[in-house]
Amino acid sequence: MDLDLDVTERNGVAVLAVKGEVDVYTAPRLREKLVELVTAGQHRIVVDLEGVEFLDSTGLGVLVGGLKRVRSHDGDLSLVCTQHRILKVFEITGLTKVFSIHESVDAAVAG
Amino acid sequence: MGSGDEGGRIELEFPARAEYVALARLVVSSMASTRRDLAEDRLDDLKVAVSEACTNAIEAHGKADTDDRVVLRCEELDDRLVVHVEDRGRGFDPLSLPQHPPVTDPDRLNFERGLGIPLIRTLVDDVEFLSSGEGTAVRMSMLCGPSASGLVDLDDVDEIGDDPFDGTQELLQ
Repeated sequence: MDLDLDVTERNGVAVLAVKGEVDVYTAPRLREKLVELVTAGQHRIVVDLEGVEFLDSTGLGVLVGGLKRVRSHDGDLSLVCTQHRILKVFEITGLTKVFSIHESVDAAVAG
Repeated sequence: MGSGDEGGRIELEFPARAEYVALARLVVSSMASTRRDLAEDRLDDLKVAVSEACTNAIEAHGKADTDDRVVLRCEELDDRLVVHVEDRGRGFDPLSLPQHPPVTDPDRLNFERGLGIPLIRTLVDDVEFLSSGEGTAVRMSMLCGPSASGLVDLDDVDEIGDDPFDGTQELLQ
């Protein structure tokens, strides 16, 4: 099972595009990438979930961990997601109130 | 399918390793997708629920340090799909799970885990957790058919008449 992680920089913000399925098998790679970005001093991160085909609570947990990490450096981690099936797990768990979720990378980078 | 005994039944035993959760989702979603009466968004719900239950089972085997396999069973009944996930872990009390702080509380960010069982409860139509010191069995049911979604199946509309709008009229009367 593939998980593609691609980082680009836009106006000083790291945009992490995630493609594939995020579950207990692949989520550790997402966590490592987020830790790597924060360790490298990147505290403003946008995670683009538009290419994600599946995401469960293990993936949610990694994103919550990433948000906590950047906030401890006064940074922010926001999301890009318009897919109903992915948004649904954020809504059920109440995490739509924890993350700022945008419709496009442009909107997320503009904050 | 008249009696409910004539539907499909698939059983899979898999090693308690993370890479097998995708296979469990695939098996259940392949079986579910043979039913035209299960809407696509309900299939997505079921995939998340199966993933959560299998993830918990794998974690339970890790804690119990057992080499036993996790059992996944998917049964097709007249009006529902039933998915069982059985592990040989040490069990848990489904009624005394730790509660998270509210999402507006900054301490909420200290909790990366524990969302799986609330998600299962919300996403499937019925769930039972049977747990003892010898393992846990999760039984999740997903209702199928028009009563499950309240939506008219467009394929059925076509079968009523050549003009789908006529068909819709008949259904509405």
